[in-house]
Amino acid sequence: MSTLAHTVSDTSTMLNRQLKHMLRYPSLTVMLVGMPVVFLLLFVYVFGGTIGDGLGGPTGGREAYLTYLTPGMLLMAIVAAVQGTAISVAMDMTEGIVDRFRTMKIARVSVLTGHVIASVLQSFLCMAVLLAVAVAIGFRPEATPLGWLGLVGVLALISFGLTWLTVGMGMSAKSVEEASNTPMILMLLPFLGSAFVPTESMPTVIQYFADYQPFTPFIEVVRALLFDNPVEGADLILTAAWSIGLALLGYTISKKKFNKR
Amino acid sequence: MTTTKTLAIEAANLTKSYGENEVLKGIDIAVPEGTIFSLLGPNGAGKTTTVNILSTLIPASGGQARVGGFDVAGQADSVRGAIGVTGQFAAVDGLLTGRENLRLMGRLNHLPKQEIRRRTEDLLERFDLVDAAKRPPATYSGGMKRRLDIAMCLMGDPKIIFLDEPTTGLDPRSRRTMWQIIRDLVKAGTTIFLTTQYLEEADELADRIAVLDGGRIVAEGTPEQLKRLIPGGHVGLRLHRADQVEHAARVLDAGSFDADQLTVQVPTDASVDSLRKILDTLDREGIEVDEFTVHTPDLDDVFLSLTGQAKADA
Repeated sequence: MSTLAHTVSDTSTMLNRQLKHMLRYPSLTVMLVGMPVVFLLLFVYVFGGTIGDGLGGPTGGREAYLTYLTPGMLLMAIVAAVQGTAISVAMDMTEGIVDRFRTMKIARVSVLTGHVIASVLQSFLCMAVLLAVAVAIGFRPEATPLGWLGLVGVLALISFGLTWLTVGMGMSAKSVEEASNTPMILMLLPFLGSAFVPTESMPTVIQYFADYQPFTPFIEVVRALLFDNPVEGADLILTAAWSIGLALLGYTISKKKFNKR
Repeated sequence: MTTTKTLAIEAANLTKSYGENEVLKGIDIAVPEGTIFSLLGPNGAGKTTTVNILSTLIPASGGQARVGGFDVAGQADSVRGAIGVTGQFAAVDGLLTGRENLRLMGRLNHLPKQEIRRRTEDLLERFDLVDAAKRPPATYSGGMKRRLDIAMCLMGDPKIIFLDEPTTGLDPRSRRTMWQIIRDLVKAGTTIFLTTQYLEEADELADRIAVLDGGRIVAEGTPEQLKRLIPGGHVGLRLHRADQVEHAARVLDAGSFDADQLTVQVPTDASVDSLRKILDTLDREGIEVDEFTVHTPDLDDVFLSLTGQAKADA
């Protein structure tokens, strides 16, 4: 077998291992899926009436807010899923079996790519559940079939980038506790972006930060695709650049840490 | 050493330091194919560090090492293809079942599907794990975990196996089982690099032993050669009559005696011959003995005599 064939085969073996872990230890997955759903319900039913009126749309109220909020919540679902990635990577590194992998003639990166692919799949599970709940309480997306396809592609790219970043965080963490804390910062970013309210309503300094951090273009691209609005080229380029950049950063850190340990 | 056999493992002037802390201070190792080599030493001697370097887990700070004919630094992947490693802590996946753990190893060794199935069932049978195959290792005893660990190691049919303290923490029965497993492996032509804290274990299994202390090999040889270096073995006698103590000590060539405690210590290599001589002498001289104990050299004795210092800090 060629090197590439080995890498593919080892990655699928490691993915299989991760998926089995998720099935055998479902409480983490349940928590990761549940958190964004709780956030959605909380924001729609507790704050939604008031914030919806403040959006300044023709209808206002809870329904208007559900429409505004859901795209951002899809990103929150990814963020929730990748919290778990850092934890499971850090936990895995404490296991003796990873040292065994390191003494075997395998594609070393497959240990990490197995985590990444499993985590992207978990992100999609989180987003699917969230979207289903949103639709159940009245969210009505207007995307065309091509738009849905584009949406899946964009969300896959974003979760790929964020997953590699959190794999890097998990690899850098000195303990599992640390690994569960560092990705918390990502939870904050959608709040400091356009997920919950438009950035124009924020004070200048925060607005400046909001407009230039990765989550605002992420959210705006997703919003445009969900409602079949034209996607702004700049947002699309920024989304691709941030995702690939974060993936590369996470990959570089992870690989270095994995080979060094 | 005059051997015409090919060396499975060879290291020259291997060093490892972490900052100021020198863990290995230049060790040389030569292990011929198909033999058991034991690295004997207390905790912190550098045994695991040596295994980690030879198994490509960590780079050496200096020196050369070849395993299976490949350079551990430049040809790490080829080394990995030739070795199996069982570390001090069971390297098994806690969430997969025993059988799944073995199949995972089979897939990572890129074996054909049928071969994976065949070897998995074969290894489960051979290591007495058939009943436990459907359970995760979290439910296993220490001995079972080690057996699964070694079975996983064997899935790739390695030519050279590193066993880092394979019996530490096992009960005596599991330890015997592990010894038998190791003997069977060597019979099949595998080279074994074994680290242990127990002289008894090295004595039982190894063709050659190197004693590692403070990052240096302080003695090397066959078990017999090493034991001759170690004067720690003795027979302890407790006599019945106080007036015979001095006499007994004289005729037995005793190392020391205590007239108040009625005890006499006689240095010996604990061989049957030497014990028979002691018993014959006691008989001939009509010395009455209440208690007769044979003390064989242990690791403490090795270190006392080989390093000239008590390992008070260990």
